[in-house]
Amino acid sequence: MKPRSALATAVALALITLTAPAVAAPDPQEWESVLEAADGQTVYWNAWGGDARTNRYIAWVAAQMQESYGVRVEHVKLDDTSSAVARVLGEQQAGNDSEGSIDLIWINGENFAAMREQDLLFGPFAESLPNFALTYPEENPEVVTDFTLPTEGYESPWGKAQITFYYDSAQTDTPPQSIEALFAWAKEHPGQFSYPRIPDFTGSTFLKQALIELTDQDEALYAPVEDAAFEEITAPLWAYLDALHPHLWRSGRSFPESGPNLRTLMSDGELSLAFSFYPTDAAVAVMEYELPESVRSYVLEDGTLGNVHFVAIPYNSPHKAGAMALANFLLSPEAQAQKQSLSMWGDRSVLAIQQLEPSDQALFEQGESHPAALPADALSNTLAEPHPSWMNALQDAWLERYGVN
Amino acid sequence: MLRLAPLLIIALLVIPVTAGLGMVLLPAFGYLPVLGSEQANLSAWQMLFAQPGLGRSVAVSFASGLASTALALLIVVLFLAASQGTWLDRSLRRLVSPLLAIPHAAVAFGFAFLIAPSGLMARFISPWLSGWESPPDALIVNDPWGLALTFGLVLKEAPFLLLMSLAALPQLQAEQRLRLARSLGYAPTLAWLKVVLPSLYPLIRLPVYAVIAYATSVVDMALILGPRLPPTLSVSILGWFNDPDITRRFMASAAAVLQLGVTLAALLSWWLLEQLSRRLSHRWLTNGDRQRGEALFTVTGRAGLTLASLAALAALVGLGLFSVAGFWRFPELLPQSFTFDHWQRSADMLAGPLVNTALIALLSTGLAAVLVVATLENEQRQQLHPTRSLWLLYLPLLVPQIAFLYGLVVAAERLGIRPQLALVVAGHLLFVLPYVYLSLAEAYRRLDPRWLYIAQSLGVSRRRAFWRVRLPLMIAPLLTAVAVGLAVSIGQYLPTQLLGAGRVSTVTTEAVALASGGNRRLIGVWALVQAGLPLVGFMAAVALPRWLGAPRRAPLNVQRQG
Repeated sequence: MKPRSALATAVALALITLTAPAVAAPDPQEWESVLEAADGQTVYWNAWGGDARTNRYIAWVAAQMQESYGVRVEHVKLDDTSSAVARVLGEQQAGNDSEGSIDLIWINGENFAAMREQDLLFGPFAESLPNFALTYPEENPEVVTDFTLPTEGYESPWGKAQITFYYDSAQTDTPPQSIEALFAWAKEHPGQFSYPRIPDFTGSTFLKQALIELTDQDEALYAPVEDAAFEEITAPLWAYLDALHPHLWRSGRSFPESGPNLRTLMSDGELSLAFSFYPTDAAVAVMEYELPESVRSYVLEDGTLGNVHFVAIPYNSPHKAGAMALANFLLSPEAQAQKQSLSMWGDRSVLAIQQLEPSDQALFEQGESHPAALPADALSNTLAEPHPSWMNALQDAWLERYGVN
Repeated sequence: MLRLAPLLIIALLVIPVTAGLGMVLLPAFGYLPVLGSEQANLSAWQMLFAQPGLGRSVAVSFASGLASTALALLIVVLFLAASQGTWLDRSLRRLVSPLLAIPHAAVAFGFAFLIAPSGLMARFISPWLSGWESPPDALIVNDPWGLALTFGLVLKEAPFLLLMSLAALPQLQAEQRLRLARSLGYAPTLAWLKVVLPSLYPLIRLPVYAVIAYATSVVDMALILGPRLPPTLSVSILGWFNDPDITRRFMASAAAVLQLGVTLAALLSWWLLEQLSRRLSHRWLTNGDRQRGEALFTVTGRAGLTLASLAALAALVGLGLFSVAGFWRFPELLPQSFTFDHWQRSADMLAGPLVNTALIALLSTGLAAVLVVATLENEQRQQLHPTRSLWLLYLPLLVPQIAFLYGLVVAAERLGIRPQLALVVAGHLLFVLPYVYLSLAEAYRRLDPRWLYIAQSLGVSRRRAFWRVRLPLMIAPLLTAVAVGLAVSIGQYLPTQLLGAGRVSTVTTEAVALASGGNRRLIGVWALVQAGLPLVGFMAAVALPRWLGAPRRAPLNVQRQG
């Protein structure tokens, strides 16, 4: 070989390796080829790691994936999902477009909206997953809608959450049934209720719940915030909070740091009414010795906010096939039933259980119930999440008003 | 080779910190091309200064940092003055290393549970004395003035300053000085304060500065104990960097720069205080007063550190109780039932993080020890005086983590260095190395050079003398330095999480992730594991030299003979 042609070959080779992506993104339409590519991959799944039961479920999923598909699943435990968003953004900033460190994120709401806006997600893939059809999206639009935004196949549904209140029936037997009644209750039981400090996710959800009940302009909440109308629409909320805060825990001079912090305060006996985004939270806490046996759960009369949580794949994930195989497994009746069982995690299924094969339906009937848990049918009264822009606007306005005590 | 060691150290420490700071400075002034911003501008700063409560955040960070350092220093100094040679002195000295080993977050959790209205102290007096059937609604933890945070910081800073003082004291010939002062009629505590302290302070000044820098920018303790409306500046920055609203990264970067300014301002204020107190104390030192204040100094000196150590121990006991607690509600002092569930369920998850933690700690401490010993040996052989450039060693301790770590991640990505174990080890080295140096340097310089002269006069080469004479004599201080290094590495959260992309899970990252779920029983389990690991290191540091038969106090004895 002449030196010059050797050089040319080397240059050409270098160019090819530089331009071709390390692994071509598999086409989810051809599922067999996805599974083939997935075999042997390691999927780094970034998911909030604050709950031992969730972590245990993810460990179970990892074992199943290894056994059935040869995919190794590594749970990257986050203390805050948005730190994963920040990391993908940092990688994009540094020009790392094909070797990202995250393959799958547990996500929804404003984090999803932010990643979509910055084009940080891979897709559409979700609607091509074989198990996706089991959610029957035509009849259950919430599995393809995230805080009013259509998911457009960029995230795959995983579970359902809904604001659930819980109280100690040994201390209170008439818990408030609406946001209005909550005020009267707090006045009667000073210092025994609070909500997490904004911008915490659970705390922000409480603001939205209160706003939905207090304003008569609900439609406006399901479109992007308009600055002009914001003051008027939210005026009843601020009037309500102004009146409520003096009766809260620590007289509203401090707020719990997070949703789980509410549960700790209930456990210490500092609060006697609290709420959670996870309907089974109170029952689980009783099983874990955190709350007394006398705790009961309920939802407000006119319903409470609920949403679906999803999994999404960053645009620069090097293991997209493995991530899709995992997302699909998470939607299988077997995985969903395990997830819903109270002894495992207790997170509600996104599948349309009534429309499954009878043998699959039977899987869901094995989970036991608990007196502190909400009866399954009590959760039907779900209010939809407002547009994500409301979250930011409410957070900023709250911090402006109450951020400095 | 040896001559390269100091350069290598400086490069290893200075380059990452400057690169990280650079990558934070750019977006702070509007440069972040991915978000479509390439024009320098000040909008990030305008947005930052429009944040409600920013002034208070800054004030609390500044004040709690300075106040906690001053208090911790006061406690340590008075203790040393009041307790020399007493049994209290000996027992607290033994406690200091284990207390130093407990990670900050664990102490904060335990301390919060100790002082909360529903906490251990309130339970101790309820309901028989206080009449409280349910916890009082009082704002103690997370108070707006940052007092809980300040005291929490003192619990961790006092052992550190004590250890640094104990390391520096032997070179001052404190006993001779004291004997002289006593023979002139000075009462013991006053004598120490007047003749030893003025020479000791310059030797522990750098550690004090490191403490100020740490305390003004601490994240984990501030999250647990600090005020919330608004939180400290460092906690706000963490929230802004992690905000899903990505455009906030500009503001977060500006705030990180502001944090650096706050820390520098605190250091400057301290320096001014030093100058002031030097002038003010001049008269007191030379007024010839031999008795006045003796009783007060002695009592506060003994009580201060005893209380701080007891509080830290009680905090640990609280965590320990929770890790085996069944249902446990106010006002019961002890859990109604005990269970090992929490430990059993955590056991499966412990193996991986434990291996990672040990691996990272051993690698980073091993590297640090080799580099530090090489630098010190080079200094001895070249007969160099400790140079001013050594200040650079402390750069990673003086620049707040939160100000440069986010930038460092971007810088590493840009160079194509992917998150991995090696990167985490390198990140830990940034913090382990200065502490190992801090712990070892004085002991190393203090060793009587005549031992080596004798060795050489017997025909032993320098290299052999180092291995056969210097190292065996240094084994005890070296192991203590290694134990400090291990403890520092084990406690790191942000560097591990950011540089490892969360893939490298350690006991500390697991503990912090679980802490976000607020289950105190699990937090108790992990915090105890976290605290136990460095303890193993410290116990080994004490036991190994004895087992190896090395003269534990060799350097001290050597000096007395000289």
